[in-house]
Amino acid sequence: MLLEYTSTSPEQTLRTAETIAPYLKGGDILTLDGDLGAGKTHFTKGLARGLHIQEVVNSPTFTIIKEYEGILPLYHMDFYRLDDVEAEEMGLEEYFENNGICVLEWAEKISPILPPERLQITIQRVGENKRNIRLEPVGESFIERCKELENHEDISN
Amino acid sequence: MLSNVVASQIQSHKRFGGVVPEIASRHHTENITLIMEQAMAEAEVTFSDLDGLAVTEGPGLVGALLIGVNAAKAAAFAHQLPLYPVHHIAGHIQAARLEREWKYPALALVVSGGHTELVLLHGEGEYEVIGRTRDDAAGEAYDKVARTLGLPYPGGPQVDKLAEEGTEDIALPIAWLEEDSYDFSFSGLKSAVMNTLHNAKQRGEQIEPANVAASFQASVIEVLVEKTKRAAENYQVRQVVLAGGVAANQGLRRAMEKAFTASDVELTIPPFTYCTDNAAMIGAAGHVQWLKGNTAGWELNGVPGLALY
Repeated sequence: MLLEYTSTSPEQTLRTAETIAPYLKGGDILTLDGDLGAGKTHFTKGLARGLHIQEVVNSPTFTIIKEYEGILPLYHMDFYRLDDVEAEEMGLEEYFENNGICVLEWAEKISPILPPERLQITIQRVGENKRNIRLEPVGESFIERCKELENHEDISN
Repeated sequence: MLSNVVASQIQSHKRFGGVVPEIASRHHTENITLIMEQAMAEAEVTFSDLDGLAVTEGPGLVGALLIGVNAAKAAAFAHQLPLYPVHHIAGHIQAARLEREWKYPALALVVSGGHTELVLLHGEGEYEVIGRTRDDAAGEAYDKVARTLGLPYPGGPQVDKLAEEGTEDIALPIAWLEEDSYDFSFSGLKSAVMNTLHNAKQRGEQIEPANVAASFQASVIEVLVEKTKRAAENYQVRQVVLAGGVAANQGLRRAMEKAFTASDVELTIPPFTYCTDNAAMIGAAGHVQWLKGNTAGWELNGVPGLALY
C-alpha cells in the first residue's frame, strides 16, 4: 500500500506531518528520505507540533540525534555523517526499543540494524515549492494505520 | 592552559576486519583514559596537583557524554576531587576567557556545525539565549551547500575559500524573520541555492561555483553580523565574542571586525584551536563553575538535550 500527498509549501508539508502524528504510537520507526531542501526538517517540525513538543525542532545533521519531549518522546536522527563503527557505538537499539517515535534520515546507513516494521516516508521535489510526499507502510500495524489515515479527510489541506 | 589533547591526535588502534561492538566501545573507553594520561603528562601534573575536574554534561550524543561523565566521576571519586559539570555551549563561549577577561554585559555569537546561537552574558556564567536557529545551523548550511557544489566534507572551509574567488552576483534570500527576533533560519537560503543550481542546469546554463559560494557566504554573513550588531546595541554590551568552529571563516571574521572596530564594543575571537570542540574550553567553563562553587554530585549523568547554564 502507498499513500501520496502533494505539498505546495513548507507550511503544507508541516501540516501534512501534523495530521499524521496522532496515528503514531510509542516505539514507531519512521524513515525519512528526500534530497537536500526537500523539507525533511519541516516534516519533522510538523510531527513535533502534532506531538505537542514546545522546543524548536531543527536539523539533526551535525548532532546526529536530537531528542525532544512531547506527549511522546521524539528522536530525530540523521545518519549521513555516520560510519559503520560509529553506528554500532551509538546504542541505536536502545532508542528503537524505547517508547518514543524515531524519525530516521539516511536510514540505509544503518540497514543491518534497521527494524523491519516501519513507515517509509519519501519527500520528492517536483518543482521549486512543490513536493510529493509518499508514505509506504511496512508491517501490519503500519498498514492498518495507513488505512485509517487514508480515510482522514483534510490531510494536507 | 597547560595541555589540550584532542582524541584524533592519538594514534588509533588498528581496527578489526568487521565491527565488533564490545571492541568498538572498549576502544572509546580506552581513548578517554589515554587522553587523561596524555593531558596530565603534557601539563606535567598528577592528580594530587588538581583542584577539581570539569566534564561536559550535555548536550550531545548520550553514548559519548556517558563515557566522559563516567570517566570524570571515577577519577574524581578515586582522587577525592570536586566535579564541575559544564554545558557544551558554555564551553564554546568561555573559550574567550583563555584570551582575555570578560566585560559584562557581553554577547556571544556561537556558530558551528550544530549550533547557531546568540547568547547574552549578564555576568560571570550567567547566560541567556536570545536567538537560535529554527532549522539548519550556519555551519550545516555551509556543509550542505558544499555537498551540492560537489565539494568534499566538511565543506564549510571549502566554501569559504571558494567564495574568496567569486563575485556575489546571484540574488539569494536572507531570512530576517520577525522584526525584533534574534533567531536565524538558513533552510530557505539553502533551498534557494539548490533551486538556482537546478534551474540553471535545466536551462543548460553554466553557473560559476565560486559565485554561488560568494553569494551564499554574503547572505549568511550579513544576517549573522547584522543581528549580532543589533543585539549588541539593544543590550548595550561591552564585549562581543565570536565562538564555535565557523569562527574560523575568513569572511565572517572580516565582517565582524569591520562591524565592531569603530565601536566601543570589544570584539574577541578565540584562536582557532579553541573554537572547534576541545578540552581547554571545557576547562575554561569549568573554571567559572569552580569560581561559583557549582559542583556536581555522584548522580551526574549525560543529558543529550541539556539547556544552557
